[in-house]
Amino acid sequence: MLELVTISALNGLLYGMLLFLMASGLTLIFSMMGVLNFAHASFYMLGAFFGFQISQLLGFWPAFVIAPVLVGGIGALIERYGLRHVHRHGPVAELLFTFGLAFVVEEVVQMIWGKGPADYRVPPSLDFSAFTVFSTNYPAYKMFELLTAIAIFAVLLAVLTRTRVGLIIQASLTHPNMVAMLGHNVPRVFMLAFGVGTGLAAVAGVIAGPALVTQSNMAASLGPILFVVVVVGGLGSLTGAFVASLLIGFVQTFAVAVNLSVADVLGGIGVAPPTAGALFDLWDVTVAQIAPIIPYLLLVLILIFRPVGLMGTREH
Amino acid sequence: MTSTFKTTLCASIAAATVVMTALPVAAEDTVKIAYIDPLSGGMASIGEVGLKTFNYLADETNAHGGIAGRKLEIVAYDNKLNAQETLVQLQKAIDAGIRFVTQGNGSAFAAAIEDFVTKYNERNPGKEVLFFNYAAVDPVLTNEKCSYWHFRWDASSDIKMAALTNYMKPLANIKKVYLINQDYSFGQAVRAEAREMLNAKRPDIEIVGDEVHPLAKVTDFSPYVAKIKASGADSVITGNWGQDFALLLKAAADAGLQVDWYTYYAGGSGGPTAIRQANVPDRVFSIAEGVPNEPYAPAREFEKAFRAKTGVTLFYPRVVNEIRMFVKAANEANSVEPIKIAAKLDGMKVTVYDGGDGFMRADDHQFFQPMYISKLGPIGKDQPFDEENTGWGWKTTGKIDTQDTIVPTTCKMNRPS
Amino acid sequence: MIDVAGDVANAPARGFVSAAGAGIAMRIAAPWIALAIAFAFLPMIFTSGSALTMLSLMGIMIVFACSYNMLLGETGMLSFGHAVYYGLGGFLAVHAMNTVIRDALPVPLFLIPLVGGFSGLLFGIIFGSVSTRRAGTAFAMISLGLGELVASSSLILRGFFGGEEGVSSNRTKLLRVFGLNFGPQIEVYYLIAAWCLLCMVAMYALRCTPFGRMCNAVRENPERAQFVGYNPRTVRFIAFSLAGLFAGVAGALAAVNFELVNSAAVGLGQSGLVLLAAYIGGIGNFIGPVIGAVLVTWLEVMLSDVTEVWQLYFGLLFIGMVMFAPTGIGGLVMMHEPLWQARAYGSMLRLALAYLVALAPALVLLAGLIMVIEMSYHLSVKGYEGAAMLLFYVPLDATSAVPWAVAAVLLAGGFWSFRLTWPIVGAAWHKAFTQAHAAGQVT
Repeated sequence: MLELVTISALNGLLYGMLLFLMASGLTLIFSMMGVLNFAHASFYMLGAFFGFQISQLLGFWPAFVIAPVLVGGIGALIERYGLRHVHRHGPVAELLFTFGLAFVVEEVVQMIWGKGPADYRVPPSLDFSAFTVFSTNYPAYKMFELLTAIAIFAVLLAVLTRTRVGLIIQASLTHPNMVAMLGHNVPRVFMLAFGVGTGLAAVAGVIAGPALVTQSNMAASLGPILFVVVVVGGLGSLTGAFVASLLIGFVQTFAVAVNLSVADVLGGIGVAPPTAGALFDLWDVTVAQIAPIIPYLLLVLILIFRPVGLMGTREH
Repeated sequence: MTSTFKTTLCASIAAATVVMTALPVAAEDTVKIAYIDPLSGGMASIGEVGLKTFNYLADETNAHGGIAGRKLEIVAYDNKLNAQETLVQLQKAIDAGIRFVTQGNGSAFAAAIEDFVTKYNERNPGKEVLFFNYAAVDPVLTNEKCSYWHFRWDASSDIKMAALTNYMKPLANIKKVYLINQDYSFGQAVRAEAREMLNAKRPDIEIVGDEVHPLAKVTDFSPYVAKIKASGADSVITGNWGQDFALLLKAAADAGLQVDWYTYYAGGSGGPTAIRQANVPDRVFSIAEGVPNEPYAPAREFEKAFRAKTGVTLFYPRVVNEIRMFVKAANEANSVEPIKIAAKLDGMKVTVYDGGDGFMRADDHQFFQPMYISKLGPIGKDQPFDEENTGWGWKTTGKIDTQDTIVPTTCKMNRPS
Repeated sequence: MIDVAGDVANAPARGFVSAAGAGIAMRIAAPWIALAIAFAFLPMIFTSGSALTMLSLMGIMIVFACSYNMLLGETGMLSFGHAVYYGLGGFLAVHAMNTVIRDALPVPLFLIPLVGGFSGLLFGIIFGSVSTRRAGTAFAMISLGLGELVASSSLILRGFFGGEEGVSSNRTKLLRVFGLNFGPQIEVYYLIAAWCLLCMVAMYALRCTPFGRMCNAVRENPERAQFVGYNPRTVRFIAFSLAGLFAGVAGALAAVNFELVNSAAVGLGQSGLVLLAAYIGGIGNFIGPVIGAVLVTWLEVMLSDVTEVWQLYFGLLFIGMVMFAPTGIGGLVMMHEPLWQARAYGSMLRLALAYLVALAPALVLLAGLIMVIEMSYHLSVKGYEGAAMLLFYVPLDATSAVPWAVAAVLLAGGFWSFRLTWPIVGAAWHKAFTQAHAAGQVT
């Protein structure tokens, strides 16, 4: 039992950190620009594929540096020539633009790298076991993921709250006109923010690529969870995204470990099972079976009872 | 407002008119098979491999005189992994004059096609359509939902489990088995059959875990692997395919899990790469109707030529059987009328692709053939084929004769008079 | 606009029994009668089996897209989970059909869409009571979450959702009325067309009621609507439930057409498709979603035959619409309404001519773009098939420089000459509007 709890806790931490790595960029973009970037998972996927391609030519560590910069550049260009045009048509149009963008990026990735999985491997320098917990080996690569995610969180928080650039960005969010009048180039700030946000997603991709399957459907499988994290954490709050990622990571990992079913719980208190009908299947459903769906349940509950999210500051 | 309403209305009807005139052209005197499978999106790589296989066989057929004197052509339709879309594409195919349909990726879509074809043939006598199922393994397709117009060349999941459990029966080292499957009809069928057949054949084997997880939604299998470890299992039976298999194996490798893996689809696209990456030689077993390294000369020649031209492994030896039997039926009936071909296929006996006897059971139109258990590992000099450039290949560890793969059926099909 | 006030003032005190009243009624009914006749005669023009199937699909999609427009266009609520009501309507309909068959109840097939409508209304009320508490982005996210939740639970609640295979039925086994067993597709088409017309009339009528106007008010300025005395939340809730009702009808029609409903009907893909259709068609007016539904259905069915990268074209079309024509095709057409009202036919003709002049280089540009996309695709993914390919029935060698050079020329040349035509269109537009202005039709 203790082994299961420890391992689940560690696994939950790692999964949560991976989610945070991806959601940090999304939160940044939303905090800065009020645009919920549907195509964020697509930039994550681009990061993974660019990382794969560059690591084939130059190795993992150069890819770790170059790929996010490239993807961030693409993001900045998209902001400058696409999103900015659409901005004047309203928030719905912006959302839909990123929605269409997600489609297009997936197709382009398929065109270039094909539809099958890419053989993106963990770099040999990290391909060993870091430590052993109760006879389960923990790969060093996962530790690296964890450390990177924490480092990014610390750096982001520091930049946003302590540096001048960060303060300007925060001010542009609520008082763009005032900031422009003070002489700062607000559109350029936005472009920078979008580029950095997408670059962060790309970092997540470069790192997560070897751990997960690098394939053209990566974006579609992780996209919805990203939104859950951002919304549950609070639209606009980086700390909230951190907390929400951990929460969802732990909840999902522990839920898988739990083999209780509704029947066990309700049977234990003496409620007889229904023999037929639409809810019959619910009786035998175990918590483990629905583990990956729990985040959506959380999303709906949060939006009903606390729409600003756990730590959100913006009302929409 | 009404006048502009009329304008826009006329505009839309005009647009629709222009748009509708681009309809498919009628067919000439070739025999066409409609191939309806995913050709875009996540499963496209699998759909494309199937298409390559069919095209290769059509070319081979045409090079050997064609089918009943006519050319054979494969027409591809993208079902976009959607049941309603499958039916729409099927309607298009029928409208283009195609009378033979083949499909395999997804039992749900196969069920939709089988249902549609049965109803269509009932409502349109004289215009019958035949459905050749090459990979959809849900047992219901030849039991509760069986149909005279449906023929299945892939061993259904209960046949495969029967063969697998027959192989496992004499192995004394298997004491604790863990079941992990995807939570949908196929995965549920695998676990139900595994439990039933293991209980019947080896009651001493303890089933220490029975897990289902949502299909293609799990990105981190480490909690599941932790559970497998905690249970003390020595063998795992799983029907997982695609990313569910690859990620499961990755997580197992990361955690240092040492078990034997008995699988259905480890040979599928991406599987050997995942196994090689996880570095678990000779521990992953797969059940299939053919093994590339089987020492049967005609099959080896075919495999060599196939890989040279298409660049992929022959994943579907059963498609070879399907096309060859189709051609044989047409030649024997000297006609390409579906109803005559169906009558010939009913109960047909052949020598299968990799040697051995196979037959299409008339009761339920399920094909029975020898099944092979093989394991993936480093190959020796009399195993010329490796998989996905990993340097590892499939090596046969067991062969189940056709007679030992037979399972009963509850099918009561309506035969045409 | 119809000058109702003037007509009524001139009518006798007895009210609409007069000829003037009948005149108004005729003017309102005329387009709907024309539509009904068009629906009735379409199958005689397009007689092939797949054309009939496509017409049936379009009918279903029209109802679905118009119901979505009730949310997005009328009330300003962007929902990413509208397919939930469509799918649940379909599921209840197919279960109802199976119950009717099993218990031999005297219910004919054409009443089944009522079950769909009821189901859509029921779930619209249930989910709407929680969704409509918020508006804007929060509402969009709730709808997304709910949609994913229902789609995921469809694999767990196997009894109701039928698991992976879904639930199937047989539409010919219900009570036969007038000798119709609805086996042939043509009979199903007429059933769908009848219900489509009925729903369109209902939704249009709803739009013209005071409630419909309040929905528009809530979309524009919820605060002001509140001052006038209407609770925006209540208005949204009712609009949501009614949109669910019509979506349920569309789902039931789909159930009748395919005799099969599965979990894809409630999924994100289906929600995305209706969003695409409504948006491309134009959410600013009633006819927009109809155009969008027709176009998107046709593209969805036929495009995959022509190219394997159909999703890319879809995405590009969508992005193009969002960036350059956010009012949709319907919006573009409606921009010409003042000209039509002013009966400025001469200038309209000149405008049409200007459009034609601009169209030619646009087509060249498009051809160049398609060439680049298809050739890149062929080279990267289908490299094993060799370099030869067929595009627009012209054989090409994708590795040689010649087709690439041609594509580049088409792209650059097309774009440059397209830009040259913009002032021509602008001038024609300006002239046409000046004329309309002079005629007093444009303020």
